[in-house]
Amino acid sequence: MSGKTLYDKLWDQHLVHDDPNGTSLIYIDRHLVHEVTSPQAFEGLHLAGRKFWRTDSTIAVPDHNVPTTVDSATVDDPVSRLQIQTLDQNCSHFGVTQFGMSDPRQGIVHIIGPEQGITLPGMTIVCGDSHTSTHGAFGALAFGIGTSEVEHVMATQCLISTKSRNMRIRVDGRLNHGVTAKDVVLSIIGKIGTAGGTGYAIEFAGKVIESLSMEGRMTVCNMTIEAGARAGMIRPDQKTIDYIKGRPYAPKGEMWERAVASWSELVSDDDAVFDKEVVINGAEIRPKITWGTSPEMVVDLDKSVPDPSQEPDPIKQEGMQRALEYMGLEPGTPMTSVPLDLVFIGSCTNSRIEDLREAASVAKGRKVSPDIKQALVVPGSGLVKRQAEEEGLHRVFIDAGFEWRNPGCSMCLAMNADQLKPKERCASTSNRNFEGRQGQGGRTHLVSPAMAAAAAIAGHFTDPASL
Amino acid sequence: MEKFNVHEGIVLPLDRANVDTDAIIPKQFLKSIKRTGFGPNLFDEWRYLDHGEPDQDNSSRPLNPDFVLNQPRYEGASILLARDNFGCGSSREHAPWALLDYGFRCIIAPSFADIFFNNCFKNGILPVVLDTEAIDSLFIRVEKTPGFSLRVDLPKQTITILEDRSVASFEIDGFQKDALLQGLDDIGMTLAKADLIRNYEETRRKIAPWLFS
Repeated sequence: MSGKTLYDKLWDQHLVHDDPNGTSLIYIDRHLVHEVTSPQAFEGLHLAGRKFWRTDSTIAVPDHNVPTTVDSATVDDPVSRLQIQTLDQNCSHFGVTQFGMSDPRQGIVHIIGPEQGITLPGMTIVCGDSHTSTHGAFGALAFGIGTSEVEHVMATQCLISTKSRNMRIRVDGRLNHGVTAKDVVLSIIGKIGTAGGTGYAIEFAGKVIESLSMEGRMTVCNMTIEAGARAGMIRPDQKTIDYIKGRPYAPKGEMWERAVASWSELVSDDDAVFDKEVVINGAEIRPKITWGTSPEMVVDLDKSVPDPSQEPDPIKQEGMQRALEYMGLEPGTPMTSVPLDLVFIGSCTNSRIEDLREAASVAKGRKVSPDIKQALVVPGSGLVKRQAEEEGLHRVFIDAGFEWRNPGCSMCLAMNADQLKPKERCASTSNRNFEGRQGQGGRTHLVSPAMAAAAAIAGHFTDPASL
Repeated sequence: MEKFNVHEGIVLPLDRANVDTDAIIPKQFLKSIKRTGFGPNLFDEWRYLDHGEPDQDNSSRPLNPDFVLNQPRYEGASILLARDNFGCGSSREHAPWALLDYGFRCIIAPSFADIFFNNCFKNGILPVVLDTEAIDSLFIRVEKTPGFSLRVDLPKQTITILEDRSVASFEIDGFQKDALLQGLDDIGMTLAKADLIRNYEETRRKIAPWLFS
């Protein structure tokens, strides 16, 4: 019999029961909750008169709706305000810990989990948010769920599930200078497509993945869902352990030693068999930009907008044409000559301290181009913001002409006031370039923090090293 | 949850791949704390020519005549014919809520995104996977035939074209089929296994106590 993959092991460790009907009951160690996908779940629990199974495994935080302007202590939009108040009420009613709006730890749910040590290797972690895959960077089985399943976890601490297939994506060799984790994951999505991972749990492996910092690994796992897979994961190593040690919710003392010892088992066996294996040469990855309205529509910075007439598949060709029309781009236009209106540095993909350092290193001593209407830097959490300020990064950004904001999801999905207007073009460090994602009619190009900062300075896409 | 057994209805073709849940129901409508009322904002940005906001009277908004949902021949459609990777992106269950609220009970596509697919079964919507060839042929037939309708028979796992009685079969997971047929309360089903969950917790607590502190 062949060995087990990391995903097999995580699955087996959390298996409560295999039902004769073919489904499995899986135990959930950690449930993260935010204001948008939880109100109907809390209501369902309440209406059915059911108890919350384990509030101690659950952490809530408002992030999607919160304003990020520094002077806004309150939420002006009454509909958003009601949703945030509803989270407050539900958390106090059911006794769920919440990092509320005024808590210094408040931030994007996928930033604060790892930051607080709430996310640990070997856990199953769910949240009513597709970017829950982020937490897989710690060797956890983490995936997004719908609101009905949020209610299911609240009531039972379990999910009825069927096992995914195993895929391994190995990124071998080493990255060239100036190539980031964001470029790695955009390359992966470009290669396997937005549905390439559907039905799979993906393990990212190889020298390049090992060489990434925890922040970089989180960026890669975060966008697993953009490749169609609900869960992406990376085996924990010394970097993982060093990152977690001493964080508020991390185990302490003898418990820490036991936990660390158990994490060494979280690795795919040498003889484990994957249903699908993809190998990418890290040295061939170049800085990337998306040109269209799906994250798989990606090109190298030094290339041009692709030509749909070169695409043999008629459905893909039509999709490309539609995307070009929406994006207001002509085939053959060099990406570096595409002019920009806005720049957004933030989101659960790229708003951690390392992302801000990367962007600041490009912005330092330079000025945002007068062609750029607005350049936002939105830290992922109150603690990321504080650390950045201690390092003086905020001064770098403010001096260059960026707006330094409070934490939240902000312009990644534009549920708060941070939105694109129709036809405005944005270089964004977020994760989705769908039509209307950052505001109706808005045009999104996904890039790394360094590339976003360089674009803000130049007013168009450019190699940060060329500034 | 509404049960699904046999359903007959008009087919609406949405001929584009990778339709994401942001397109199905844009973010501003996610501020609602209810499960209902999303129907008028289904595909909002494609369907209307202006920008929509929650709590707005949608009946007076300018419609996009080019969008398929606004074409009179598809009025009353309850079966959505779609392309690959339907429902990709965000996990928002507001997407199936909006489709259901509009009146769709069945979605037929060559492939679906995982989270969306799963969310459908929690809401009495049947997602049917057919091969690309069958889908292509349905798109052609729908285009040709005003009022093109299908009969979707979940117990038999068949789709019948009402016009000529031709039949295609589809596969479905047994548990998910039962859940739709019986309108199962899956939380209730899991709570019936509460002892198994407690046993698991007891064992796990000994092996990994830090997960329970």
